[in-house]
Amino acid sequence: MLWLRTWQLGVKSLLLHPLRSGLTMLGILIGVWAVIVLTAVSQGASDQVQKQIESLGANTIIVRSVKPSADKMTGMAAQYGLRRSDLELIVSNVPTIESALPIREIRRQFTVSDNTVDGRLVGCTPDYAEVNKLKVRDGRFLADADDLRADTVCVLAARVADKLFPLVEPLGKRIYIPESEDYYRVVGVLEHRNASAAIGGSLDSQDFSGDVYIPSKTLRRRIGDTVFTRRSGQMETEIMELNQITLQVADVDRVRITAAMVESLINPRHAMLNDVAVVVPLELLEQARNLRLMFLGIGVLIACISLIVGGIGIMNIMLASVTERTREIGIRRALGAKRGDIVRQFLVETIVLSFSGAMLGILLGFLGPPMYRLLIYSVQKFSPEKFASLPDAIRQAEPTIVYGTIPLAVGIAVAVGLLSGLYPAIRAAKMNPIDALRHE
Amino acid sequence: MQPYSVANPPVPSAVNSSFPETGAAAAKPPAVSIRELAKSYVLKSETVYALRGVSFDVPEGDYVAIMGPSGSGKSTLLNMLGCLDKPTSGQFFLGTDDVSKMTDDELADIRSRRIGFVFQSYNLIQQYSVVENIQVPLYYQGRLGQKEKDRAIALASSVGLADRLGHRPMQLSGGQQQRVAIARSMMNDPYFILADEATGNLDSATTDEILGLFDRLNNEGRTIVMVTHEDEVAARAKRIVRLRDGLLSSDKVNSEESRQEARNRQAEHVQALAQLKH
Repeated sequence: MLWLRTWQLGVKSLLLHPLRSGLTMLGILIGVWAVIVLTAVSQGASDQVQKQIESLGANTIIVRSVKPSADKMTGMAAQYGLRRSDLELIVSNVPTIESALPIREIRRQFTVSDNTVDGRLVGCTPDYAEVNKLKVRDGRFLADADDLRADTVCVLAARVADKLFPLVEPLGKRIYIPESEDYYRVVGVLEHRNASAAIGGSLDSQDFSGDVYIPSKTLRRRIGDTVFTRRSGQMETEIMELNQITLQVADVDRVRITAAMVESLINPRHAMLNDVAVVVPLELLEQARNLRLMFLGIGVLIACISLIVGGIGIMNIMLASVTERTREIGIRRALGAKRGDIVRQFLVETIVLSFSGAMLGILLGFLGPPMYRLLIYSVQKFSPEKFASLPDAIRQAEPTIVYGTIPLAVGIAVAVGLLSGLYPAIRAAKMNPIDALRHE
Repeated sequence: MQPYSVANPPVPSAVNSSFPETGAAAAKPPAVSIRELAKSYVLKSETVYALRGVSFDVPEGDYVAIMGPSGSGKSTLLNMLGCLDKPTSGQFFLGTDDVSKMTDDELADIRSRRIGFVFQSYNLIQQYSVVENIQVPLYYQGRLGQKEKDRAIALASSVGLADRLGHRPMQLSGGQQQRVAIARSMMNDPYFILADEATGNLDSATTDEILGLFDRLNNEGRTIVMVTHEDEVAARAKRIVRLRDGLLSSDKVNSEESRQEARNRQAEHVQALAQLKH
């Protein structure tokens, strides 16, 4: 009863000065809001990164060809990148590897009558679809027999199929590749798959939407390792045997050691040009976790600063309030209020202040994710260049409120309110009632 | 009441009592009793003796005016009687309990249970309504029920504020505010009402009203101790205690005739003023 009344009185006193109380609340409000929104955004960003990495698979190791810097390239037609002998070396020497997937990619144009599509011609083995989690919509994916016979068959990504064959069923039809002057028969069409974003600088984004898959052996026989590409009016020659080898390790615990073995096998062979990179998604996963922790740390830091500032604001206002209400304190003391009653009265006011601030902060925090989406949307709309320059993790992040932060934020806010209210309250209680009554 | 035990209860003083020593009255302890009360302050290196040993009793139902020039120790005595300050030496009994050696919290409790304050500047809490202000003394005893609220409303009505129950102090005249304060002072059914220059801020007509209210309360059996420096106000009390230089200089009883004379004088004055205005 007494407590209930004390709370009522606290609210009443605060409502006497609504503007002052509102401004005092602001610091706590912003602090709580910051905690919720920053953790939501960082959670969203790290979810995004994590999803990508998990789609690559935690038990895979990716060995990629990297174009060496220009000064290391001698002559126009120098060869670089992974060799088929690298693949053999890895497969025959590393026992922990379950499967190895060699991939060769070439940018090509595909045409069917008047329809033309730019895309990747990917030479791969039948495992490719499974490893990259590609699903077949119509027909089938490449089979072992295709590779064995080096058949001129292909499987189209959904977008390619829809563009080349807008009106007819693609299965059984042929597509033409002008640069190789070659025809391929369509045996399958894949389901559409969204592009995955790049991870840091070590792994490009994976866009499967413009792909045409043919057997490795076919690509090697009909196109070979030397590829001519026309780039800004110049002919460029590129000699490369493989773009990528995707290795799968049976046991996730052995991923690191396998990667180390692969590196020690391959690096000496490519030390000159430094044209091979080994990417371990598992490590990226851990990096992403660290990144998330960093995000969280920064968020918490900002929130703490805001809460401290809010606390100072509360203390400031309460000190002013104590001075202003000296007379009231005197009256209450004369009429029987104990020191504890006065402390309680002022503490209740600060708790009401900080708690309401925290509640409003939570409400605004829930508006954070839609606000973030609106922000990203407007950047995309009004300044596409800037949007393109943003990291993928931020572009595609979907902020998710971390519910655990809400009680934490409220707890901290109320603690700040208590701490900052304590000194003014004690000061009020320590006043001599005689002097307080005489105060004008 | 709080069971504050005491080693040696006060001896009713025949000298200072204004009441004739009848058998029943003598057995009953006075509402207030002070013995050799002294208070000194240390200001810088100098010790100021504000009270140098004052003794008197206020029996139940008495109406005492405490007078004295500034520097006489009047305010110090008031603070002591109001349990707002502790004496350096001497004893102060409220009923049978010695309050001179109580702790701060115990004094707060005594104030809330046994003393009714009426101040010169009313000292109402601005954000509270009339009824809420009257309830404050019981609030700190944790008594906030409907019964207490009804009592507050009854007290407000008894001082003529039945139609102002929800008003804030700002919306009331000085006289009305002082009535609220008087109603508040009775809320806890105190041992005595301690009025500090209760009419100091009021004009003659309102002063007369408020003093009339005190007369009425006293007739109903309330004990009143009033600190004042106005002779006309003191003339209406049953007894005047004068202080000088921290010592009791006189303690005299006002006869019923002189009190009635004072009442008439003031009523005439108020009437004359009223006619002047018209």
